[in-house]
This record gives sequence, C-alpha cells and structure tokens, in this order.
Amino acid sequence: MSGRWSRWIHRWASPPYFYRASRPWGRVFAVVSFVAIAIGLYGGLWLAPPDFQQGNGFRIIYVHVPSAWMSLFIFVFLAVCGLIGLIWRIKLAHAMASAAAPIGAAFTAITLVTGSLWAKPMWGTFWVWDARLTSELILFFLYLGVIALSRSFENQQTGDRAAAILAIVGAVDVPIIHYSVDWWQTLHQGAIFRGNPFDGHLHTTVAPSMLWPLLVMWLGFMCYFGALVLWRARSEILLRQLDTGWAREAVGAP
Amino acid sequence: MNGLLGAQLRMIYRARGDYLAPVIFYVLVASLFPLALGPSPRLLSLIAPGVIWIDATLASVVAFAGLFRDDYDDGSLEQMLLSPRPLELIVLVRVFAGWVSLSLPLVLLAPLLALWFSFPPPILPVLLVSLVLTTGCLTLLGALGSALTVGLRHSLVLLPVLLLPLATPVLIFGAHAVLLAERGLDPRTPLYVLAALFFLALALIPKATAAALRVALEV
Repeated sequence: MSGRWSRWIHRWASPPYFYRASRPWGRVFAVVSFVAIAIGLYGGLWLAPPDFQQGNGFRIIYVHVPSAWMSLFIFVFLAVCGLIGLIWRIKLAHAMASAAAPIGAAFTAITLVTGSLWAKPMWGTFWVWDARLTSELILFFLYLGVIALSRSFENQQTGDRAAAILAIVGAVDVPIIHYSVDWWQTLHQGAIFRGNPFDGHLHTTVAPSMLWPLLVMWLGFMCYFGALVLWRARSEILLRQLDTGWAREAVGAP
Repeated sequence: MNGLLGAQLRMIYRARGDYLAPVIFYVLVASLFPLALGPSPRLLSLIAPGVIWIDATLASVVAFAGLFRDDYDDGSLEQMLLSPRPLELIVLVRVFAGWVSLSLPLVLLAPLLALWFSFPPPILPVLLVSLVLTTGCLTLLGALGSALTVGLRHSLVLLPVLLLPLATPVLIFGAHAVLLAERGLDPRTPLYVLAALFFLALALIPKATAAALRVALEV
C-alpha cells in the first residue's frame, strides 16, 4: 500500500511527468468548471426565487460566497503545498503554491468587490468595518505578503521556502482571524452553514431552491481553480527548468 | 542556558544606543496624535487604546526588523546552527532578550502615554497586563519576520507587509480589553483570549523561526 502511494507521489513529483500528465487533467477540470458555472448561473439567476427581503439583489451571492470559500480554500492549499515542499523537498509543490497564490489573491479581491457591491443596496454603504469583511481584507494582505516574500529573493528556492513558512503560519492565523466574527458580531448576516459538519449537525438557513445553484457554482469555481492552477504550474515549471533538456524540448528550443 | 541568556543581554546592553531609537519612535508617534487631532481630553481618551496599540505594533515591527541581522552579517548565525543546543531554544532566548530590551521599555512607558491621553488611572493595570501579552506576541512574530527576511537587503518595507496582517487578532483583543475596562465592563474575556494567543505563539513560532533561519542559511 505505502509502496504504491510513494511510487505514485514520486512519479507525479517529477516535473517532466507532471508537465505531460497534467495536461488532460487541466482540460477535464476546465470542461467541468464551464458546465457547472453555466448550470449554476442559470439556476441562480433564473430558477431560484427572489429573496423575500432582498428581492433580486441577493443573487450576487452566487459569485460572492463561492469566491469567499475559494479564498480560504486556496490559502489552505498554499500551506499544504508549503508543508509538502518543506518536508519532502518536492520542488513541484513550491511551483504549485507559486501558481496558486495569485489566483487566491484574485478570488479574495472578487469577494471584497462583490461584497462591497452587495453592501451598497443592502446596508446603504460600500464598506462597513464588519468583522467578516475585515478578515477578508486581512486575508488579501496575507496573500500579498506571501507573493511579495516569494518574489523578493534572488535565489528562487529560498524565496519558495520562506513563502511556504509564511503561508503555514498564516494558515494557522486565518481561522483565528476568521472566527473573530463570532466574538465580534456586527452587521454582517450569519454564516450560511452553522454547526459542526463532522457530527452530522450541519444545518443551513438557506432554502434548497436557492442553495443548490450555490453548491454547483462552488463546484464550478473549484474546477476552475484546478484547471487554472495546473495550467499556471505547467508554465511555472517550464520557466524554472528551462536549462534542462526536457523543458527545451517541450518549448521547441534547440 | 544562563550563559547564553547572559551573553545576549550583555550584548544588548553594550549596543544600547541601537535600542533607543524604537523607544523614541514610539513616544514620538504617540505625541503626533494630539497635534493632528487637537488637544481635547475627551477625544484623546476615546482614541487612546487604539493609538497605543497601533503605536506599539509599529514600534515592534521597526524594532524587530534587525533581530537576526547582525547575527547573519557577522556569521554568528552559522555558529548558532552548529551549536549542540536546539536552534528553537536559542531562538527562544533571543526572543526573550529582545523582549526585555525592545518591548519592556514600551510597556514601561505606557503610563506616560496614558497620562498624555487623559486615561483614567484605575484601568492602568488592565493596560499593562494586555500590553505585556500583546508585546509578547509581537516579539515572537517579529522574530519570525526578521528570520524570514534576514537574507534580504531591502526588508524594511516588506517586513510590516508580512507582520501586520498576522498581528491583527492580537491588536483586536488587546485594544478591546482596554476599551471594555474604560467603559467599566469586565475585560477578562479578551485578556484570556490574548493569553491563549500568546501561548499558541510561544509554542509554534520558535519552530517556524528556526525553520526560517535554516532556509536563510540554505541548509
């Protein structure tokens, strides 16, 4: 069992194999993401009934909430990549983290912008210093810090590993920042899911007809991230390994 | 162990001029607020917790930027790595010496700032306790930031970008405790959370700092 796993991991950690084998996976993710986002948008913008308080204004939820989930997920992804890269010295993991960080920052920015647009008609102002908005803003700064640190070293490996440590420390800090919403209750509406998903007490206050497009959109965003991160990681390892034979062959250089 | 701590403190004492600048920075920044916002005692006592916290955070970031810089430049960092003692322990001693030399003055000067900002004297103990816990967390974070950027020449702008987002929970609870005490409410909950954050940082950050130092020396 463990032998098979370690063989599998070592095969995928090899840049030439990853470069070849990830291409079809990227395409699969791209197709699934396109279909899921199309269905989710149709479900969210046409099929779901208007909210009894917010009318049609609530429909921005179908972009805002999946982006917020992605912004948190990608930070955890960075930390996991960082751990793998630091412990097993797999360079591919650092390339994946380096490919994922700007995508995570972009999702965080989308969350902040859609949140502001949503806040204007609902709360009457573009920005309130609500705990959750603030923690999303801090998450955005954390992303910028990781990206800035990884790019400020002349030696790529030093930058990768320093950014990995920052991402891991940040990932420990993110739940502390995030759960400040519970201590700091203000204007923001409650979270969509409450309770503990692990003991079966997860429940939601959103009607099923409004909820399913949200989950489909989330699936679409996840697959979009999968496609994009593989695509970016493939360019990243090509750039990093341009002095090797296989990379020169892959880009058609002599 | 005692020898290591003693040597660290002796070194800091001999270079005491370097450690004065952050303290001056701290007092100077605090004195700018009344100049910018007007001398009204009501307004100043209202903004005092926030001002003291932001000021202490900025002063810590400035102060800890160079915690490992000299060790890196003169090669003692390599010696620390070669030492039979675990690097995490050396980091912890370094952090404690740093706290005594850089953060303790900030805590001790807080009553002066409280005086400037017409702070009600009964909540001074809450202010001091929360400042001790806050500066403890900030010292640990500052050590991590200093270790992450020790190999860089232009780290002065990068370091606040890395540290300030990480420090926000500490800022929230520290200032919140003083705010509650100022309003006559029980400040214990945020103080307990602050203490929990400090012990979490104490358990995890020396490990991360040691890892960052190993990365900086490429071992």
